[in-house]
Amino acid sequence: MSHIRPTPRQYLILGFVSLSAPLGDSCLSRGMTSLPPISLAHPLSLIGAVFTPWIAAGIALLIGFFASYLTALSWADLTYVLPATAFGNVIVELLSRFWLHEEVSWQRWLGVFLITAGVGFVAHGPSLTERPQPQAQAAESGIAGEQSR
Amino acid sequence: MTMLSTTIQPGLWASVGMIAAVVLCSTAGEVLTASAMKSIGDLDEIRARSGLKGAILAVVTCPRFHAGVGFLALAFFSLLFALNHLNLGLVAPASASLTLVTNAIAAQLFLKEHVDRRRWTAAVLVCIGVYFLAH
Repeated sequence: MSHIRPTPRQYLILGFVSLSAPLGDSCLSRGMTSLPPISLAHPLSLIGAVFTPWIAAGIALLIGFFASYLTALSWADLTYVLPATAFGNVIVELLSRFWLHEEVSWQRWLGVFLITAGVGFVAHGPSLTERPQPQAQAAESGIAGEQSR
Repeated sequence: MTMLSTTIQPGLWASVGMIAAVVLCSTAGEVLTASAMKSIGDLDEIRARSGLKGAILAVVTCPRFHAGVGFLALAFFSLLFALNHLNLGLVAPASASLTLVTNAIAAQLFLKEHVDRRRWTAAVLVCIGVYFLAH
Protein backbone atom coordinates (compact mmCIF):
# COMPACT_ATOMS: atom_id res chain seq x y z
CA MET A 1 0.00 0.00 0.00
CA SER A 2 1.49 3.32 -0.95
CA HIS A 3 1.06 6.32 1.32
CA ILE A 4 -1.70 8.35 -0.32
CA ARG A 5 -2.31 11.34 1.93
CA PRO A 6 -5.24 13.75 1.59
CA THR A 7 -4.60 17.29 0.39
CA PRO A 8 -5.30 20.21 2.80
CA ARG A 9 -8.61 20.78 0.97
CA GLN A 10 -9.56 17.12 1.52
CA TYR A 11 -8.68 17.42 5.22
CA LEU A 12 -11.07 20.42 5.31
CA ILE A 13 -13.85 18.26 3.82
CA LEU A 14 -13.17 15.54 6.45
CA GLY A 15 -13.30 18.24 9.13
CA PHE A 16 -16.65 19.41 7.79
CA VAL A 17 -17.91 15.78 7.84
CA SER A 18 -16.99 15.61 11.56
CA LEU A 19 -18.44 19.01 12.47
CA SER A 20 -21.61 19.29 10.40
CA ALA A 21 -23.46 16.19 11.68
CA PRO A 22 -23.27 17.03 15.44
CA LEU A 23 -23.89 20.74 14.76
CA GLY A 24 -26.90 19.87 12.56
CA ASP A 25 -28.31 17.53 15.20
CA SER A 26 -27.79 20.20 17.88
CA CYS A 27 -29.60 22.83 15.77
CA LEU A 28 -32.53 20.44 15.21
CA SER A 29 -32.68 19.66 18.94
CA ARG A 30 -32.50 23.38 19.86
CA GLY A 31 -35.23 24.22 17.33
CA MET A 32 -37.60 21.42 18.29
CA THR A 33 -37.35 22.04 22.06
CA SER A 34 -38.15 25.73 21.58
CA LEU A 35 -41.41 24.85 19.78
CA PRO A 36 -44.65 24.05 21.61
CA PRO A 37 -45.46 20.30 21.76
CA ILE A 38 -46.59 18.98 18.37
CA SER A 39 -49.44 16.48 18.56
CA LEU A 40 -50.16 13.70 16.09
CA ALA A 41 -53.57 15.29 15.53
CA HIS A 42 -51.87 18.29 13.84
CA PRO A 43 -48.99 16.83 11.79
CA LEU A 44 -49.00 19.83 9.43
CA SER A 45 -47.44 21.96 12.17
CA LEU A 46 -44.23 19.95 11.49
CA ILE A 47 -44.06 21.56 8.05
CA GLY A 48 -44.15 24.99 9.68
CA ALA A 49 -41.31 23.89 11.97
CA VAL A 50 -39.06 23.34 8.93
CA PHE A 51 -39.08 27.10 8.23
CA THR A 52 -37.96 28.16 11.74
CA PRO A 53 -34.34 29.42 11.73
CA TRP A 54 -32.77 26.73 13.98
CA ILE A 55 -34.42 23.81 12.18
CA ALA A 56 -33.69 25.27 8.73
CA ALA A 57 -30.04 25.68 9.78
CA GLY A 58 -29.99 22.07 11.07
CA ILE A 59 -31.40 20.71 7.81
CA ALA A 60 -28.89 22.76 5.77
CA LEU A 61 -26.01 21.42 7.90
CA LEU A 62 -27.20 17.81 7.54
CA ILE A 63 -27.50 18.21 3.74
CA GLY A 64 -23.95 19.63 3.81
CA PHE A 65 -22.85 16.62 5.89
CA PHE A 66 -24.22 14.12 3.37
CA ALA A 67 -22.70 15.98 0.41
CA SER A 68 -19.25 16.19 2.05
CA TYR A 69 -19.48 12.55 3.22
CA LEU A 70 -20.17 11.41 -0.35
CA THR A 71 -17.32 13.59 -1.64
CA ALA A 72 -14.94 12.07 0.94
CA LEU A 73 -16.00 8.54 -0.07
CA SER A 74 -15.15 9.34 -3.70
CA TRP A 75 -11.43 9.73 -2.89
CA ALA A 76 -10.92 7.88 0.42
CA ASP A 77 -11.60 4.40 1.79
CA LEU A 78 -14.75 3.75 3.85
CA THR A 79 -12.56 2.56 6.77
CA TYR A 80 -10.72 5.92 6.60
CA VAL A 81 -13.85 8.13 6.50
CA LEU A 82 -15.95 6.35 9.15
CA PRO A 83 -13.73 7.24 12.15
CA ALA A 84 -14.03 10.89 11.04
CA THR A 85 -17.82 10.65 11.38
CA ALA A 86 -17.40 9.13 14.87
CA PHE A 87 -15.17 12.08 15.82
CA GLY A 88 -18.36 14.17 15.78
CA ASN A 89 -19.29 12.52 19.11
CA VAL A 90 -16.10 13.95 20.62
CA ILE A 91 -17.05 17.44 19.43
CA VAL A 92 -20.51 17.09 21.00
CA GLU A 93 -18.92 16.12 24.35
CA LEU A 94 -16.49 19.05 24.23
CA LEU A 95 -19.31 21.47 23.34
CA SER A 96 -21.52 20.16 26.15
CA ARG A 97 -18.67 20.49 28.69
CA PHE A 98 -17.17 23.85 27.72
CA TRP A 99 -20.12 25.66 26.06
CA LEU A 100 -23.16 24.32 27.91
CA HIS A 101 -21.16 23.67 31.14
CA GLU A 102 -22.71 20.22 31.55
CA GLU A 103 -21.21 17.50 33.73
CA VAL A 104 -19.33 14.89 31.70
CA SER A 105 -18.71 11.58 33.48
CA TRP A 106 -15.32 9.81 33.43
CA GLN A 107 -16.78 7.11 31.17
CA ARG A 108 -17.56 9.78 28.60
CA TRP A 109 -14.06 11.28 28.89
CA LEU A 110 -12.68 7.76 28.36
CA GLY A 111 -14.87 7.47 25.25
CA VAL A 112 -13.55 10.83 23.99
CA PHE A 113 -9.96 9.67 24.56
CA LEU A 114 -10.48 6.32 22.78
CA ILE A 115 -12.17 7.88 19.72
CA THR A 116 -9.49 10.57 19.46
CA ALA A 117 -6.77 7.90 19.65
CA GLY A 118 -8.57 5.81 16.99
CA VAL A 119 -8.96 8.77 14.62
CA GLY A 120 -5.29 9.66 15.18
CA PHE A 121 -4.26 6.11 14.22
CA VAL A 122 -6.21 6.22 10.94
CA ALA A 123 -5.25 9.80 10.06
CA HIS A 124 -1.55 8.85 10.13
CA GLY A 125 -2.06 6.14 7.52
CA PRO A 126 -2.91 6.26 3.81
CA SER A 127 -6.41 7.41 2.87
CA LEU A 128 -6.92 5.13 -0.12
CA THR A 129 -6.02 1.53 -0.96
CA GLU A 130 -3.99 1.78 -4.13
CA ARG A 131 -4.35 -1.19 -6.43
CA PRO A 132 -3.36 -1.95 -10.02
CA GLN A 133 -5.95 -0.85 -12.61
CA PRO A 134 -7.42 -4.34 -13.45
CA GLN A 135 -7.78 -5.11 -9.72
CA ALA A 136 -9.47 -1.74 -9.13
CA GLN A 137 -12.00 -2.50 -11.87
CA ALA A 138 -12.61 -5.95 -10.38
CA ALA A 139 -13.22 -4.43 -6.92
CA GLU A 140 -15.70 -1.94 -8.34
CA SER A 141 -17.58 -4.61 -10.26
CA GLY A 142 -17.39 -6.96 -7.26
CA ILE A 143 -20.36 -5.38 -5.53
CA ALA A 144 -22.36 -5.41 -8.75
CA GLY A 145 -21.58 -9.10 -9.06
CA GLU A 146 -22.72 -9.72 -5.48
CA GLN A 147 -25.95 -7.84 -6.19
CA SER A 148 -26.77 -9.70 -9.38
CA ARG A 149 -26.26 -13.09 -7.65
CA MET B 1 -54.47 6.14 42.06
CA THR B 2 -51.58 4.87 40.03
CA MET B 3 -51.89 3.46 36.57
CA LEU B 4 -49.94 0.34 35.93
CA SER B 5 -48.86 -0.32 32.39
CA THR B 6 -47.79 -3.78 31.33
CA THR B 7 -45.04 -3.86 28.74
CA ILE B 8 -43.95 -7.11 27.14
CA GLN B 9 -40.16 -7.27 27.06
CA PRO B 10 -38.82 -9.02 23.94
CA GLY B 11 -36.73 -12.14 24.46
CA LEU B 12 -32.98 -12.38 24.01
CA TRP B 13 -33.11 -13.62 20.42
CA ALA B 14 -35.72 -11.02 19.41
CA SER B 15 -33.47 -8.27 20.86
CA VAL B 16 -30.41 -9.68 19.06
CA GLY B 17 -32.43 -9.88 15.83
CA MET B 18 -33.57 -6.24 16.07
CA ILE B 19 -30.05 -4.94 16.72
CA ALA B 20 -28.64 -7.23 14.00
CA ALA B 21 -31.17 -5.81 11.50
CA VAL B 22 -30.00 -2.25 12.25
CA VAL B 23 -26.32 -3.21 12.00
CA LEU B 24 -26.67 -5.28 8.79
CA CYS B 25 -28.85 -2.74 6.94
CA SER B 26 -26.54 0.09 7.97
CA THR B 27 -23.43 -1.85 6.86
CA ALA B 28 -25.02 -2.78 3.51
CA GLY B 29 -26.00 0.87 2.98
CA GLU B 30 -22.54 2.24 3.82
CA VAL B 31 -20.72 -0.32 1.65
CA LEU B 32 -23.04 0.17 -1.35
CA THR B 33 -22.76 3.97 -1.06
CA ALA B 34 -18.96 3.80 -0.78
CA SER B 35 -18.81 1.42 -3.76
CA ALA B 36 -21.04 3.76 -5.78
CA MET B 37 -18.82 6.76 -5.02
CA LYS B 38 -15.67 4.80 -5.99
CA SER B 39 -17.28 3.77 -9.29
CA ILE B 40 -18.26 7.39 -10.04
CA GLY B 41 -14.74 8.71 -9.36
CA ASP B 42 -13.34 11.78 -7.60
CA LEU B 43 -16.28 14.21 -7.20
CA ASP B 44 -13.92 17.20 -6.97
CA GLU B 45 -12.52 16.38 -10.42
CA ILE B 46 -16.02 15.82 -11.89
CA ARG B 47 -17.17 19.17 -10.47
CA ALA B 48 -14.12 20.92 -11.94
CA ARG B 49 -14.84 19.32 -15.33
CA SER B 50 -18.66 19.43 -15.52
CA GLY B 51 -19.71 21.79 -12.74
CA LEU B 52 -21.87 21.15 -9.67
CA LYS B 53 -24.81 20.06 -11.84
CA GLY B 54 -22.65 17.42 -13.53
CA ALA B 55 -21.42 16.12 -10.15
CA ILE B 56 -24.97 15.85 -8.78
CA LEU B 57 -26.11 14.14 -11.99
CA ALA B 58 -23.25 11.63 -11.78
CA VAL B 59 -24.34 10.68 -8.23
CA VAL B 60 -28.11 10.52 -8.71
CA THR B 61 -27.88 8.48 -11.93
CA CYS B 62 -25.85 5.72 -10.23
CA PRO B 63 -28.17 2.76 -9.38
CA ARG B 64 -25.78 1.46 -6.68
CA PHE B 65 -26.09 4.82 -4.88
CA HIS B 66 -29.89 4.42 -4.77
CA ALA B 67 -29.50 0.86 -3.43
CA GLY B 68 -27.19 2.24 -0.71
CA VAL B 69 -29.59 5.01 0.27
CA GLY B 70 -32.42 2.44 0.31
CA PHE B 71 -30.52 0.28 2.78
CA LEU B 72 -29.65 3.34 4.92
CA ALA B 73 -33.37 4.20 5.03
CA LEU B 74 -34.12 0.58 6.03
CA ALA B 75 -31.50 0.89 8.79
CA PHE B 76 -33.21 4.06 10.04
CA PHE B 77 -36.63 2.41 10.19
CA SER B 78 -35.13 -0.73 11.82
CA LEU B 79 -33.62 1.59 14.44
CA LEU B 80 -37.02 3.21 15.06
CA PHE B 81 -38.59 -0.26 15.39
CA ALA B 82 -35.86 -1.42 17.79
CA LEU B 83 -36.25 1.77 19.89
CA ASN B 84 -39.97 1.03 20.11
CA HIS B 85 -39.25 -2.32 21.80
CA LEU B 86 -35.88 -1.92 23.51
CA ASN B 87 -34.15 0.66 25.72
CA LEU B 88 -32.17 3.46 24.08
CA GLY B 89 -29.30 2.62 26.46
CA LEU B 90 -29.01 -0.81 24.81
CA VAL B 91 -29.81 -0.06 21.15
CA ALA B 92 -27.74 3.12 20.63
CA PRO B 93 -24.34 1.90 21.91
CA ALA B 94 -24.74 -1.63 20.53
CA SER B 95 -25.74 -0.57 17.01
CA ALA B 96 -23.31 2.38 16.79
CA SER B 97 -20.27 0.43 17.92
CA LEU B 98 -21.01 -2.88 16.17
CA THR B 99 -21.57 -1.07 12.86
CA LEU B 100 -17.97 0.19 12.90
CA VAL B 101 -16.60 -3.36 13.16
CA THR B 102 -18.98 -4.87 10.57
CA ASN B 103 -18.13 -1.99 8.20
CA ALA B 104 -14.42 -2.76 8.50
CA ILE B 105 -15.08 -6.46 7.76
CA ALA B 106 -17.41 -5.63 4.83
CA ALA B 107 -14.96 -3.06 3.41
CA GLN B 108 -12.22 -5.70 3.40
CA LEU B 109 -14.46 -8.39 1.87
CA PHE B 110 -16.49 -6.47 -0.70
CA LEU B 111 -14.60 -3.23 -1.40
CA LYS B 112 -11.19 -5.01 -1.26
CA GLU B 113 -9.86 -2.24 1.02
CA HIS B 114 -6.54 -2.92 2.69
CA VAL B 115 -7.62 -2.94 6.35
CA ASP B 116 -4.23 -3.21 8.03
CA ARG B 117 -3.43 -3.49 11.74
CA ARG B 118 -3.58 0.31 12.10
CA ARG B 119 -7.16 0.48 10.78
CA TRP B 120 -8.30 -2.53 12.83
CA THR B 121 -6.86 -0.92 15.98
CA ALA B 122 -8.64 2.33 15.10
CA ALA B 123 -11.95 0.52 14.42
CA VAL B 124 -11.79 -1.29 17.78
CA LEU B 125 -10.76 1.88 19.71
CA VAL B 126 -13.54 3.96 18.11
CA CYS B 127 -16.03 1.10 18.69
CA ILE B 128 -15.23 0.94 22.44
CA GLY B 129 -15.15 4.76 22.62
CA VAL B 130 -18.59 5.09 21.01
CA TYR B 131 -19.90 2.44 23.44
CA PHE B 132 -18.64 4.47 26.44
CA LEU B 133 -20.08 7.72 25.04
CA ALA B 134 -23.50 6.30 24.19
CA HIS B 135 -23.92 4.09 27.27
